Amino acid sequence: MGRMTPSTIELPVTADDYRIARYAAAAIALTVAEAALPSPLPGIKPGLANIIVLVVLARYGWRDAAWVSLLRVVAGSLVIGQFLAPGFFLALSGALCSLGVLALAQHLPPRFFGPVSASVLAAFAHIGGQLLLARVWLVPHDGVFYLLPLFATAALVFGAINGLVAARLLEAPVAAPVAVNPGS
Amino acid sequence: MSDRIPDGLRELLAHAAGAGHAQWRTLLKSGDWLLLLVAGVLVAASYPLLWRGGTADRAIVKRDGQVVTELALNVARKYELTGAIGTTVIEVQPGRARVLSDPGPRQYCVQQGWLTRANAVAICAPNHVTLQLSGRSGQNGAYDTLNY
Repeated sequence: MGRMTPSTIELPVTADDYRIARYAAAAIALTVAEAALPSPLPGIKPGLANIIVLVVLARYGWRDAAWVSLLRVVAGSLVIGQFLAPGFFLALSGALCSLGVLALAQHLPPRFFGPVSASVLAAFAHIGGQLLLARVWLVPHDGVFYLLPLFATAALVFGAINGLVAARLLEAPVAAPVAVNPGS
Repeated sequence: MSDRIPDGLRELLAHAAGAGHAQWRTLLKSGDWLLLLVAGVLVAASYPLLWRGGTADRAIVKRDGQVVTELALNVARKYELTGAIGTTVIEVQPGRARVLSDPGPRQYCVQQGWLTRANAVAICAPNHVTLQLSGRSGQNGAYDTLNY
């Protein structure tokens, strides 16, 4: 066809973009599914979408994992109707902290540390980031820290389970032939 | 239809459906076990630490923002204080304190009942009186005793 109008802006879509979008879609689907689950305490959630982030981190590196994680937070909150609500900023703070920890955790010697370690560390960072923002912004009182043992327990349990699931997924061969060349 | 499911989710679904049962134990490396152990110990240790730090040992009574008295929470006693519109009675028992009576019209601070945690506060706004509990984590929290 060629370019009909000179003002058309073409954004080249790379294979990276397709891959990140696909994984982000999976993470968003898990976020939405999880939003339907009842929670005993606000803030205690399994965080299933982090399984996807862990898989992407192990397969494609930190940059892709960061894209998937942040797309998940933004698009997931849009779908749930939480965009720019307090819950969105808590999720964003948690995601940024856990990405920071994952950036360090990916340098752990792979001979001794697998996805479970990364997952547990990221889960603690996630809850830490949320609590810090909640303390600074929403509840300017040390009372939020009384709940720390409960949040830490949830982070340990769900972090371990998510890590096991991610390890299980990473052990299996890539399920479907990918339509685009991931190397480009 | 299945082409529309994202890769990651398809993998999850496939495994959830039971496509292969690996030994979960083999997914954990030695460092993972160590980290889980350390994390578990830290989490368990956080329970008593936080609950102990939250207990109160003093009740601070203020009128118009000025400290009127500090009551130790180890002896049961009552304390009467005259505020802007009448007399507020504060009752202390070991480990807890409450506003027993107050002349305020809505009685919010009375209905709050016993305060037990450090930093808990009952505010009797009409009478300009507040009752606040304080724990060891507050002033001089680093010292058990001071001698001169």
